[in-house]
Amino acid sequence: MSTDTQTIAGWGRYPRRVTRLIPVREEAAVAPLHRAETGLIARGNGRAYGDAALGDTTTLALGGLDRMIAFDPETGHLAVEAGVLLADIIDAFLPRGFFPAVVPGTRYVTVGGAIAADVHGKNHHGAGGFGAHVENLTLALPDGAVRTCGPDANADLFAATLGGMGLTGTILRATLRLRRVETGWIRQRTVAAADLDAAMQALEAANGSTYAVAWIDCLARGAARGRALVYRGEHATRADVADLAPDAPLNPPAGGGALAVPLDLPAFTLNRLSVGAFNALYYGRGRAGGNRETLVGWAPYFFPLDGIRDWNRIYGARGFLQHQCVIPKARSRAALAEILDRVAHAAPSFLAVLKLLGPGGGVMSFPLEGYTLTLDFPASPANLALLDSLDTIVRAAGGRLYLAKDARQSRDTFEAGYGDAAARFRALRRDLGATDRIASGLSRRLAL
Amino acid sequence: MTETVPVPMRKLMLLVGATSDIGHATALAYAQGGWDVILAARDAAAASRNAADLTARTGRPVPVLTLDITETTAFTAFVDGLPRLPDTVVSVVGLLGTQARAQSDLDDAALVMRSNFEGPSLLLGLFAERFAARGSGTLVGVSSVAGERGRASNYVYGAAKAGFTAFLSGLRNRLAASGIHVLTVKPGFVRTRMTAGMPLPKLLTAEPAEVGAAIFRGAEVSRRDVIYVRPVWVLVMAIIRAIPERVFKRLKL
Ligand SMILES: Cc1cc2nc3c(=O)[nH]c(=O)nc-3n(C[C@H](O)[C@H](O)[C@H](O)COP(=O)(O)OP(=O)(O)OC[C@H]3O[C@@H](n4cnc5c(N)ncnc54)[C@H](O)[C@@H]3O)c2cc1C
Ligand SMILES: NC(=O)c1ccc[n+]([C@@H]2O[C@H](COP(=O)([O-])OP(=O)(O)OC[C@H]3O[C@@H](n4cnc5c(N)ncnc54)[C@H](OP(=O)(O)O)[C@@H]3O)[C@@H](O)[C@H]2O)c1
Repeated sequence: MSTDTQTIAGWGRYPRRVTRLIPVREEAAVAPLHRAETGLIARGNGRAYGDAALGDTTTLALGGLDRMIAFDPETGHLAVEAGVLLADIIDAFLPRGFFPAVVPGTRYVTVGGAIAADVHGKNHHGAGGFGAHVENLTLALPDGAVRTCGPDANADLFAATLGGMGLTGTILRATLRLRRVETGWIRQRTVAAADLDAAMQALEAANGSTYAVAWIDCLARGAARGRALVYRGEHATRADVADLAPDAPLNPPAGGGALAVPLDLPAFTLNRLSVGAFNALYYGRGRAGGNRETLVGWAPYFFPLDGIRDWNRIYGARGFLQHQCVIPKARSRAALAEILDRVAHAAPSFLAVLKLLGPGGGVMSFPLEGYTLTLDFPASPANLALLDSLDTIVRAAGGRLYLAKDARQSRDTFEAGYGDAAARFRALRRDLGATDRIASGLSRRLAL
Repeated sequence: MTETVPVPMRKLMLLVGATSDIGHATALAYAQGGWDVILAARDAAAASRNAADLTARTGRPVPVLTLDITETTAFTAFVDGLPRLPDTVVSVVGLLGTQARAQSDLDDAALVMRSNFEGPSLLLGLFAERFAARGSGTLVGVSSVAGERGRASNYVYGAAKAGFTAFLSGLRNRLAASGIHVLTVKPGFVRTRMTAGMPLPKLLTAEPAEVGAAIFRGAEVSRRDVIYVRPVWVLVMAIIRAIPERVFKRLKL
């Protein structure tokens, strides 16, 4: 076993932390490490933005647990080691007529990371989180014991592990239920919404669609505040493809990945002007083509940013912050308006995504019934202050922040958002003997 | 009499050294290319993890056979016992060993030589005979840039790889006219178990998947004779080969 002290960071490259990085090559190596080490955390593919996958003292790099174990084409059940990427699952199984039941906005996440964050996709309102499609998982506990759990066995441990950000132990393997699909195409309908109310109505109306998400022009002010393009999507059937694009192959190639951001772009690349110009163009184009059905390949539909490798470097070496909140439905309208106003005046966000979530899954899972808004900002003292002020709005409205994106929320904001769940989670960590043995930058910051 | 339509048989690749990361990436590239795969390893239980991975991904069975490359007397029975003669045989077997130990312990040095040179050469040589009799086949040997020039830091390993490289080049020369293809792979640095914990220069270091893809391409598509995987190694090795011995002997490489 080789060990190496390194400075590592999450996808946002903020904050950075010095930790021992231990590459894990096989499942059997994990339990002894749990017995021997304290202050360690599992790391998948490092796509969490902040400090969730940065070990307090030690980080287990699980990319080597990348073998699939078994697949049953009758049931669609796929057993994999925890370091397998969703990208690999799609590569192997889309041609065979299966797709992950839930995917986040990048396919370069591990199954372990997807479970630990209980990631949500554009289908959360109907399908629930990633964890809702996990048959069972095997976990190495702080004392080195290895336990299998699922909705019906060790259910408490299972519920705490979904969304538990690695803090209950290290997931070694899991069995997932894949969904059947006929093609690799998505039938997409774009609805232009002129303001925030229209955007929310359109998302509400899209509740019957399998996938629904909105891109928001967060620079639009006044009457146009919250104008958006709402994307609804369905897995296209063979008949759809024959109808809409008779010459297309049933499985479009992923493409992309060729373009790369070679260097850290200078910080001024993304300023109000460039974001504003882009947004106006993008909205205009979406509205012009609006309300027609088009076929979009699975890769650009689900993973538009995966086409640009290392795009997180766009923000330069200082790194960037993602702010993703969810606000309970009844209080969403006012809080979202307030957040958008604040952002439009203070700092442009290149990415702004709005989605209606369904109820949550695990103890610490982020989703609750309400609207989730995601914003990106370069890391800077001014923006850190801006995000603190957004947190005040979120707290007042009874909302919370997504831990997989968070790098900086205060303990108070966290307690306000996760209250009872956090208390239950801490108690369970205590019972497991995990409190100090399993620790990340995130768990230290939030005293989990 | 009814005529049976012959079912086109998938091409078959035998991977020797199936617990290796480079080996598994190669098997994956073949499996994804539509080939059937058989794995051979001295530790069949460990190799079955890789076999299960291939089966889960492709839905096709992947047998695992036991073979120790130092047990040369078992080779003929091993080849005779295969379900059918493969179209391609890839050997990734290798043992880096520890130079400090190999230079003072004869048994250790002998094991490094036998694992990198004797065993892989004899096995591929045996397949060459069968391929020649059949009139077709591809042989792939994973050797190393370390075989291009002996260096203080790893010359026992390097010498064994040099022997393997020469053996492959001889086979290629002998069989060129008979349609049998021989590919020598010198992967440069690769991030695997063999190099775990070593500080490796990023630009010169390939991922196993890159090597696997390059082997499949080089063996089955572009039919190359020798590949380095990352092109920059062609240049690096040209420089290393060009340094006069009287200078080279004083360098710390
Ligand atoms: C471009 C982009 C788009 C995204 N879109 C979405 C989205 O739409 N929806 C969404 O929900 N998320 C989204 N995310 C966030 C991402 O899905 C999560 O952060 C996910 O957890 C990352 O997985 P990973 O394998 O990279 O894990 P890491 O980032 O390495 O780790 C994330 C967390 O999982 C834990 N973990 C990892 N592996 C294990 C394991 N084997 N056992 C126990 N714990 C483990 C870590 O300790 C850490 O707490 C997005 C991220 C990016 C970069
Ligand atoms: N990694 C690099 O940087 C690098 C660079 C140049 C060349 N190479 C070469 O690439 C090949 C693959 O190496 P790797 O990096 O993937 O490392 P590896 O995992 O150590 O691979 C070596 C393989 O050889 C097998 N092996 C060793 N002795 C054996 C024996 N007596 N009988 C049967 N099998 C035996 C090992 O099996 P066990 O699991 O049973 O030990 C293992 O599968 C090797 O030939 C290596 O020399 C590697």
